[in-house]
Amino acid sequence: MTGSRTTAVLDRDGLDALVGTLRALGRTVVGPTVRDGAVVLAELSSADELPFGWGTRVEAGRYRLEPRADGAAFAHTTGPHSWKAFLHPQRERLWSADRTADGGLSYTEEDAPQPSYAFLGVRACDLRAIAIQDRVLTGGRYEDRGYRERRTGAFLVAAECTEPGGTCFCASMGSGPAAEAGFDLALTELLDADGHRFVVRTGSDAGEDVLARLPHRAADPRADTAAARDAVAGARERMGRAMPPVDLQALMGASLEAERWDDVAARCLTCGNCTMVCPTCFCTTTEEVTDLTGDHAERWQRWDSCFDLDFTHLPGGPVRASARSRYRQWLTHKLSTWYEQFGSSGCVGCGRCITWCPVAIDITEEAAALHDELADRLRRQERTEQER
Amino acid sequence: MTCAPVPYRVVRARTETADTVSLTVAPAGPSGLPPFAPGQFAMVHAFGAGEIPLSTSCIDGPELTHTVRAVGAVSAALCRLRTGDRVGMRGPFGTGWEVDRAVGGDLLVVAGGIGLAPLLPVVDAARAAPHAYGRLNLLVGARAPADLLHAHRLCTWATSPGPPHCLVTVDRPAPGWRGRVGVVTSLLNGARFDPGNTTAFVCGPEVMIRALARDLVHRGLPPHRVRVSLERTMHCGTGHCGHCQLGGVLLCRDGPVTGWDRAAPLLSVREL
Amino acid sequence: MTSTTTLAAALPAEHRARLLEAAHEVSFPVGSRLFEEGRHADRFWIVRSGTVTLDLHIPGRRAAVIESLGHGELVGWSWHFPPYVWQLGAEATSPVRAWEFDARTVRAMCADDAEFGRAVAVWVGRVVAHRLHSARIRLLDLYAPYGSGSRR
Repeated sequence: MTGSRTTAVLDRDGLDALVGTLRALGRTVVGPTVRDGAVVLAELSSADELPFGWGTRVEAGRYRLEPRADGAAFAHTTGPHSWKAFLHPQRERLWSADRTADGGLSYTEEDAPQPSYAFLGVRACDLRAIAIQDRVLTGGRYEDRGYRERRTGAFLVAAECTEPGGTCFCASMGSGPAAEAGFDLALTELLDADGHRFVVRTGSDAGEDVLARLPHRAADPRADTAAARDAVAGARERMGRAMPPVDLQALMGASLEAERWDDVAARCLTCGNCTMVCPTCFCTTTEEVTDLTGDHAERWQRWDSCFDLDFTHLPGGPVRASARSRYRQWLTHKLSTWYEQFGSSGCVGCGRCITWCPVAIDITEEAAALHDELADRLRRQERTEQER
Repeated sequence: MTCAPVPYRVVRARTETADTVSLTVAPAGPSGLPPFAPGQFAMVHAFGAGEIPLSTSCIDGPELTHTVRAVGAVSAALCRLRTGDRVGMRGPFGTGWEVDRAVGGDLLVVAGGIGLAPLLPVVDAARAAPHAYGRLNLLVGARAPADLLHAHRLCTWATSPGPPHCLVTVDRPAPGWRGRVGVVTSLLNGARFDPGNTTAFVCGPEVMIRALARDLVHRGLPPHRVRVSLERTMHCGTGHCGHCQLGGVLLCRDGPVTGWDRAAPLLSVREL
Repeated sequence: MTSTTTLAAALPAEHRARLLEAAHEVSFPVGSRLFEEGRHADRFWIVRSGTVTLDLHIPGRRAAVIESLGHGELVGWSWHFPPYVWQLGAEATSPVRAWEFDARTVRAMCADDAEFGRAVAVWVGRVVAHRLHSARIRLLDLYAPYGSGSRR
């Protein structure tokens, strides 16, 4: 990213123009829209489809849409979808195999042209999640080529949070609510005496180029830029939840035999909802699909979940047979072993796993309980040593 | 999305035991995969059945041998292949045994059951450079004499002065078995090595690995010089599918071969 | 549990030297029987070279080989525990050279010197524990196709 960065203001027409311009540039514009009682992510043909006038009320195991009188477009919290559904789709063909007439076998790598996406309304937590999946799927020795093609072609329009949800804890994970990097454009929605408008910052040359095509005005440092900053700072203060401020990597490493796993395992249904809604969970399995001729086979990849019994299947049976071990795998991977594997935490504080858990298991509550158990254990150990 | 497999042709299919076959494959076209190091693995595709990770039991230029035991749909399909049939191959993946890091010291190659297969290239590499290493020991445990893989080579080695200094033991002797009976750890007493200057290469059932590695550390081998090969489910080989996690280790990327210093704390936690 | 149960590894040097004072050298040609199940356990051996197998007689079948023992290993521990009766049989499957010990003499040495007696008891205990562990591991049939022998 080079060149100067601009801060400007778009009005409703400017937002319409943004969708129109991105579409005119040949991009598939994806953004939040109301469907089936939730704010989901879907292709948008115009800005009108954004969830204007809808807010969300979320709690552990609970999600409700609520109408808003102010007509805000980005006052909702994260929904059941995340951008990984587009960058790292649920099902994807990897390659095909065909028997040739001479008895040979030929393999064809999937090379269908990938869509050129524009994501509109990416939250700061989700920007971080995309950066994490970038490292997992393209940052190592081998890269997921399909992901890389979709990702490098994608144009990201962030929407900073001014209305955090009851399950949000990005502030305590250091991943929001302000969008700091990794976007082409970042919007902050303002609704005040100066009207309904979007303060827009550019984050790349591509963002500058798009902004130049939109009707916009310069941002007023006080009425616009500072007001946007204040609105986001206010959101930081109103987070519904917080992760305990401890070294989570060390905590999980020291808690592999904790009793708390039995407690959470007694509630967990091992349904895998948390892994499906998590914006960083990346695990996949593969299937072999053959046609009736028997001469054509395809290798497909689809999302998998570490809560599935088959996930660790070995010839003798599953390695992680108990719910305790599968929940432990998910949590310790997310908060601890992810650092060893990919250099960062795997949690961004979006709160989806809390909202969409059918039995309201709360990752922040579990981490806090593990912390308390460890602290208690260390206190008892210390006392025993002193008594010696 | 990963690179598609490269077609290979089955050059030889040799029956090892009742349920195990050694498949030697060579590139079907002008080019094959990059060279494999001992201990690395390939993802081998059986048309219409699926893909499984298989280490190599022999690396001979572009020709690779995989010793496969029929325990699932894909391995059973591979065991049914005949000379001239095709498979798809991806790789090489994973860490190897890194035999060259053992230069100058004694080698202790310890195999249990099918675990002998990935260790044979270590024996080959050490025999090819006899002056680079100290004493080469090959300790092999199997269920019964009929389950011994590469029995002909083992028999030759066990009855000759070596190298390798080869000791074989079985759990269940058959009539006529003149060799040893007992667990593979018992063979350590007959191995020739200086614990302070030895690298061990261990592959077999996880229970055997744990017992053997603890024994070797007790005998004075530094844990990082006990190299063990571990097994977990794998779908991609490229570090992306998440199945082969063992704590912070992605076995397809950071393994399957790892030092006991890293493996010991992970294998001590149940269902990790 | 480790396999370091050989005399050199398992018995401290001073006790080892004392024990060996009570030994005399013997050799067994291939096929000779060292002892039989059910007989009085009045001796024991430490293998210097060759292989001894422990076996169990089953009517209508060849003798089942339980385990084989080599260099440095103790052959026989029933002499240490009343009623001093062999539980298995033992046979030289290759030419064997061994130290042979008279059980009554060694038991008397143990009774006279508590420290020596404790060292011998610990050594024999280690051997027994190791063989028990090995037997348990073999019960699991780990090399079978599905690891533990039965599928979950």
